[in-house]
Amino acid sequence: MNVDVVVSVAVSAIAYGTPLVLAGLGELLAERSGVLNLGVEGMMLIGAVTAFFASQVLPGPGWAVLIAAIVAAAAAGAALALIHAFLSITVRVNQIVSGLALTIFAGTIGLSSYAGQVWGVGGQHGLHQLVKLDVLGLSGVPIVGPILFNQDAFVYASWGLVALVTYYLYHTRFGLYLRAVGESPRSADAMGINVSRYRYVHTIVGGAFAGLGGAYFTLAIAPIWTDGLTAGAGWIAIALVIFAFWRPGLLVVGAYLFGALSSLGFTLQANGVQLPSELFSSLPYVMTVVVLAVASTTMAQRRIGTPAALGVPYVREEG
Amino acid sequence: MISIERSLVTPRWQRIALPIASLFIASIIAGIVLAVSGHDPIGTYQQIYDASFTSAGALTATFVYATPLLFTGLAVALAFRMRVWNIGGEGQLYMGAVGASGVGLLLGGWPQPLLILMMMLGGGLAGLLWAMIPGLLRAYLRTNEILVSLMLNYVAGLFMYYLIYDSTSFWRDTTSASALVFPQGKDLLPAADWPGIAVGSFTMPFGFIAGGVFAVALLALIRFTRFGFEMRVMGDSSAAANYAGIRTRRTIVTVMALSGAMAGLGGASQIGDFGHVLDPRGLQQAGYGYTGIVVAALAMYNPLAVVIVSILIGALTNAGFALQGPTFPIGLVGTMEGIILFSVLGGEFLGRYRIRFGRAPEPAPSVDDEAGAEVAR
Repeated sequence: MNVDVVVSVAVSAIAYGTPLVLAGLGELLAERSGVLNLGVEGMMLIGAVTAFFASQVLPGPGWAVLIAAIVAAAAAGAALALIHAFLSITVRVNQIVSGLALTIFAGTIGLSSYAGQVWGVGGQHGLHQLVKLDVLGLSGVPIVGPILFNQDAFVYASWGLVALVTYYLYHTRFGLYLRAVGESPRSADAMGINVSRYRYVHTIVGGAFAGLGGAYFTLAIAPIWTDGLTAGAGWIAIALVIFAFWRPGLLVVGAYLFGALSSLGFTLQANGVQLPSELFSSLPYVMTVVVLAVASTTMAQRRIGTPAALGVPYVREEG
Repeated sequence: MISIERSLVTPRWQRIALPIASLFIASIIAGIVLAVSGHDPIGTYQQIYDASFTSAGALTATFVYATPLLFTGLAVALAFRMRVWNIGGEGQLYMGAVGASGVGLLLGGWPQPLLILMMMLGGGLAGLLWAMIPGLLRAYLRTNEILVSLMLNYVAGLFMYYLIYDSTSFWRDTTSASALVFPQGKDLLPAADWPGIAVGSFTMPFGFIAGGVFAVALLALIRFTRFGFEMRVMGDSSAAANYAGIRTRRTIVTVMALSGAMAGLGGASQIGDFGHVLDPRGLQQAGYGYTGIVVAALAMYNPLAVVIVSILIGALTNAGFALQGPTFPIGLVGTMEGIILFSVLGGEFLGRYRIRFGRAPEPAPSVDDEAGAEVAR
């Protein structure tokens, strides 16, 4: 393989990996607080259709429309996450079923499809797309130029968010409290931390991140809306959180690795490799299974990272 | 003193009242969604009712959708009741369809009863084997079965596409004139068509009757056998199951196997009852595996209730596809299913607690906490 192929794989790894970074980061925050949200796929789809619709109908200069569309997508994702937060934190239902309900509600033949049809954005071509920036005029530099200095603002923002979340988790008081809530809500409660409030906030922020991840599909990857266009990215994001051992840094590595896998088929076919396309398309899914299995063996030995109270509703025992 | 406490057993009347109340509440919420998006709720419900029950051929069409949902609903009900989270019903159904159509094509000349039996075996076995991947990984490596079973849905879907669109496999028709224009699967011989039972203009699919028999068998297995008892103990508390010396690994694998076999039988019924050909696109569009989750939850994971609920959700799905168009977006079906699920979940909560007057007794042991902890593996 020559250098050009490697660069093009890296570039598309970032393109396809960016939604995974964002949605995975959101799920990581929710799970750190002890809430498992299996509704990521649904929240991403709602984010994708909302962003696309907003970018089609809002007036104004391109950059303003795009910002508004991104905000709308985050709000839509957050609104859906609120349903899951209410059911799993306040009503204390089974989080697995509630999350699945969210994905069915918003998913491929759910609200996202309904919204797409009511808004009539199905056959439209996107008017506004995120453009690749030429950072510091370095995009022409061989190899690192196209990878590091020729991305759109969203990609740079996602890097910023990863740094921000890492700092928040490990270097702020709130981050410490958040980890306490996820590990031992009873002790956190005894310390005077409002367990429910922490869980609500991080589940909802997690939903907003998933909405952003969805927005990247319609605002950057392809300027169209079709039902179910995320094709399981939300589920891969959940898996990524597990094998990143709930750490933001590892999550980015995993997301770009899967981004590379998702685009490997196109790249190899463009370079004349003749293999069934289904083989390439199934790679991200097969790899998820393999990596999950490997991660679970080491994790069983070391119990690394899993928030101890993940999926467990917190009931305060009164007097 | 008034206190809200957990009731350990759900009274029998609540098990019937809660799903009905949930459906009622869901229809009100969905009505609001319809009204907000510019549709007439009453008119839409009337349309759904007509399209699923009263208009010509509607009831037969409803059972076309109810039959696969009965199988996938049973698959989910069994697994979820035991807290084995198999959401791979979709892929297991695909593999069942692949297996049953393969058997049907291979043994086309066999006498019909034997051929039907072999197709059911082929479909059930294919679904079972596909479910063994998440089942064994979960039992022996404690790998999260939710994600593994779900990922395999996509793999199974792509595998079907490969068989029909991207290879010259045994399943693909490579000779007929229309197959040269557009890739399609081989048609099965008439002997491989499962005979439905016609009552006037209504046809009851063979698969639905078979599914009903399986529902009774599963209920009997859960209620009256030693193994069923072990499964229930594991479903309520895996720690208790360990203390009691129940081999949880074997139990998990068996639950997964039975669940996968049910979904696989649903795939076999798709071939034998309805399609008579392996049609990847049609199977994937229908999404029966995922809808099985809605069916099972609304049936409160009771196999017999699944039979009735599958007809209800089958009716909704049928209406969705029949009315699909500008006035009735297909997305409405999933939206309504989601709202139904949310309502059922909220209702379950109400059923779990009761208001008590007087002194509060000892707090009841919580089963949910431990069940939740299992998620966090």
